Amino acid sequence: MKPPPFAYLAAGSLDEAISALAAGDGEARLLAGGQSLMPMLNFRLLQPGLLISLNRIPGLGGITENGGGLRIGALTRHAELERSPLVARHFPVLGAAMEHVAHLAIRNRGTIGGSLCHADPAAELPMLMCLLDAGITAQGPAGERTLAAAEFFLGALTTALAEDEIVTAIELPALAEGCGWGFEEMARRSGDFALAGAAAIISLTGDRVSEARLAVMGAHPTPLRVAAAEALLRDQTIDEDTVRAAAEAAAAAVEPDNDLHASADYRRHLIGVLTARVLRAALRRAQGETP
Amino acid sequence: MSGGHVVRLRVNGVDHEAEVEPRLLLVDFLRVQLGLTGTHVGCEHGVCGACTVILNGDSVRSCLCLAVEADGGAVETVEGLGRVDDLDPLQEAFREHHALQCGFCTPGMLMTGIDLLRKQPLASDGEIRAGLSGNLCRCTGYQHIVRAIRASVEARDGD
Ligand SMILES: Cc1cc2nc3c(=O)[nH]c(=O)nc-3n(C[C@H](O)[C@H](O)[C@H](O)COP(=O)(O)OP(=O)(O)OC[C@H]3O[C@@H](n4cnc5c(N)ncnc54)[C@H](O)[C@@H]3O)c2cc1C
Ligand code: FES
Ligand code: FES
Repeated sequence: MKPPPFAYLAAGSLDEAISALAAGDGEARLLAGGQSLMPMLNFRLLQPGLLISLNRIPGLGGITENGGGLRIGALTRHAELERSPLVARHFPVLGAAMEHVAHLAIRNRGTIGGSLCHADPAAELPMLMCLLDAGITAQGPAGERTLAAAEFFLGALTTALAEDEIVTAIELPALAEGCGWGFEEMARRSGDFALAGAAAIISLTGDRVSEARLAVMGAHPTPLRVAAAEALLRDQTIDEDTVRAAAEAAAAAVEPDNDLHASADYRRHLIGVLTARVLRAALRRAQGETP
Repeated sequence: MSGGHVVRLRVNGVDHEAEVEPRLLLVDFLRVQLGLTGTHVGCEHGVCGACTVILNGDSVRSCLCLAVEADGGAVETVEGLGRVDDLDPLQEAFREHHALQCGFCTPGMLMTGIDLLRKQPLASDGEIRAGLSGNLCRCTGYQHIVRAIRASVEARDGD
């Protein structure tokens, strides 16, 4: 249970990290919070030739307002998202979900960039990025590009990031004024990876839904926006029947696996139950009530 | 490159410097290099919390942190809290409330407790339990650990 030998570089700038990654020729790995990478190294599931630490690159962390939304540096820790007044003001669903990510000491180190690049199917941040229509900005030798969260996650532990690219920041566009949110997950023990989870955003015009977003996690190789459920809600007055129909659509959209922790049927069932809960919560918040 | 990295670390207020391999874990730097065996190693993959120390003011898993990553930083371990004849108030509360049996989890519980007491209101036992969720104890059933931290919150808040 000790890491294999590797060379180590504490990059002092993004350019230095990008060159070292490119020169590493597939043998180099980036190290952010280490909360996913270090366990894999301790288990010797990976044997990188070179670890390039991002932790000493100035300006790679931090949360700033940006055109009504937020720009979140890749090195921002889970604990910062949890405590940030800016996150609480603009994206309360994001701040509220953070207490479900692992435990205190892990949230003190783990970063948003690391979580997105690790792309665990049951991780909260990837699902929330899909919910919030995040843009994920990456830099490589060829320059900078921004990927939509929806096209970033390709499969379990697989992203659209090229081998020589580094995620630098996440852009979250502003949400509609007065929208409501919901977040729910089911985990066997607090802080464990969830068996399944769901999150929703609802905006109302009068009593009709002007915008509905639903994302789910843990029951599919990637986080998923459930377009079929969103279509059922849009322009409707939501009642229990609409909630139930959307929950069924969400349960039908996922393709869960059986594993040690839960059967595929149970995960699918959870997606339905959690979807109904987050929709009710988001609706109540959009109506100005506390769920 | 895989040898010969100099690490400078202030541990419990004392400066240390050593040349280490990059793969050396912070917990092994503390235990093996410095002989500070108060920090325990349980799972070595981040799930048990026994190795929790405070790095630059935040509790971290020292089994998931490379010593080279901590370079230039300040670490607090259980050895920095108190001595047998001069316990830290949190240690005293653990003794008072029977918050340990075998003691294996205790250093991690204490350092997590210190981080919580410094930063969080801990108004309810639910908050204390949420804060301790990453620290496993096979002996006590947690009840007494929560009680010890509750007592320390009351002492802190002066009621
Ligand atoms: C006991 C335990 C429980 C956990 N429970 C949960 C949970 O409930 N929910 C959850 O979401 N997570 C959980 N985690 C994982 C945790 O959230 C990690 O912090 C996170 O997944 C990875 O972030 P990191 O910064 O630590 O990344 P690292 O471990 O440093 O890196 C992860 C991967 O991303 C790559 N990478 C990192 N940063 C970048 C970047 N900027 N650009 C490109 N590639 C990059 C690395 O090369 C590596 O492949 C848990 C971890 C542990 C140990
Ligand atoms: S030894 Fe570090 S968490 Fe278990
Ligand atoms: S006292 Fe024995 S593990 Fe906690």
